[in-house]
Amino acid sequence: MNLKLKIWRQDETSGAGRFKDYEIRDVSPDSSFLEMLDLLNEKLVEAGESPVAFDSDCREGVCGMCSLTINGVPHGGHRGTTTCQLHMRSFNDGDTITIEPFRANAFPVLRDLVVDRGGFDEIIQAGGFITCRTGSSQDANEVPIPKPVADDAFDFAACIGCGACVAACKNASAMLFTGAKVAHLNTLPQGKAEKDRRTLAMVAKMDDAGFGNCRNYGECSAACPKEIPLDVIAKMNRDYAVASVKGIIGK
Amino acid sequence: MKTTCCHIFCSSIGKKYLMALSGMVLLGFVLVHMLGNLQVFLGQEAINAYADKLQSSPAVLWGFRFFLLAATLIHVLTAISLVRENRAARPDANGDEKFVQATIGSRTMGLTGSLIFAFIVFHVLHYTVRVTHPEYQQIAHYTLGKSHKEVHDVYTMVIMGFQEKWISAIYIVCMALLCLHLTHGVSSLFQTLGIRNTTWKTNLDRLAIVYGWVIFIGFVSVPIAVLMGAVPPTG
Repeated sequence: MNLKLKIWRQDETSGAGRFKDYEIRDVSPDSSFLEMLDLLNEKLVEAGESPVAFDSDCREGVCGMCSLTINGVPHGGHRGTTTCQLHMRSFNDGDTITIEPFRANAFPVLRDLVVDRGGFDEIIQAGGFITCRTGSSQDANEVPIPKPVADDAFDFAACIGCGACVAACKNASAMLFTGAKVAHLNTLPQGKAEKDRRTLAMVAKMDDAGFGNCRNYGECSAACPKEIPLDVIAKMNRDYAVASVKGIIGK
Repeated sequence: MKTTCCHIFCSSIGKKYLMALSGMVLLGFVLVHMLGNLQVFLGQEAINAYADKLQSSPAVLWGFRFFLLAATLIHVLTAISLVRENRAARPDANGDEKFVQATIGSRTMGLTGSLIFAFIVFHVLHYTVRVTHPEYQQIAHYTLGKSHKEVHDVYTMVIMGFQEKWISAIYIVCMALLCLHLTHGVSSLFQTLGIRNTTWKTNLDRLAIVYGWVIFIGFVSVPIAVLMGAVPPTG
């Protein structure tokens, strides 16, 4: 396959970025999107140019490290697929592909396509955990959890924190990410005990970190490689209302 | 954790509660307003008596007007605040900006909302304060059949108003915008208040579309009937 690439190049956070055009030839349709970028970088290095910086780690769709907005959609717009699991056979010979970083004020560009998603870590540090000492793993079924509850919590816990939801949202809202974490922990008996404190703290940190507001149009969930449902946002909205009112009337 | 009312309503989620709650008041009002308007079809006596009943107690009338004004201001001012934050949160657009599944109604809430607000200002000046058309003040009073009370002739005023084609056109276009606004808002408010899930979303999205269309058809039936000459000018 021969492709034309339009890639965002930016030297540093404060610098101005711009799109640069590249051409790449003889790409295997069976290679992954990131392997195609590896090939491009090899050629750039050979030609003495600086390679395109992009994030990746596990390359099997579970770590949440890869990003990229491809042709206007985070992770390229294939349902439930991360960029690393996107293959070149999804494109046609001769296509022009636009590749840009996840855009949000809370995700400053570090270089080219690499953004700092530390805002998510701050949200997790605010309450995305259980404060008791967990020790070694418990015996199965020591804490009885009904199957439907466990299934829901598992679906919410599938979030890999990649940030596609923020990039897909025209308001750069982190409601789907924060909602997934809140809903996951607030659904399970181990996390329920601290649900009010957790919800208030995580939402406050989310606002603080400069993410935008939810518009309920569901672009986040459509772009999510783990298909986190909008239900998590409704649950967080519900839990936040309950926690706020309890905080005012003093339990 | 201690919270205050400001904690609730100043946070991102809190502002969305304000949008949902004030929106709920406003969408309830438009339904009642639309049903009131339909009394034009029951004749001059019916709608004039209804209008007089609404105006009969100044305390209730003004209380209600302040309540609506407050809901409108909360809805508009909160929306402005949210939009400013949203623009700051995402200052740069994608080179290739795309929507995957957002409906046209949800994408244009700001635009339709702004135009509807401008329309409300015009509508109040037109039919409530009646400054755009001073001739409405000259309409002879109508005498109610039952109580023989002299009342403002709303019926004649409405027909005079909608006989002007450009006025009717503005009203019809703005009701289409309101319909579009409601097709997102009516379902979205349930999500904001945390009472929606995937199963219910489909039903609530349908409800929102039906609600929008009912409001649209109910409101535009009056100017269209007047333009078609289906509502006789003198009862």
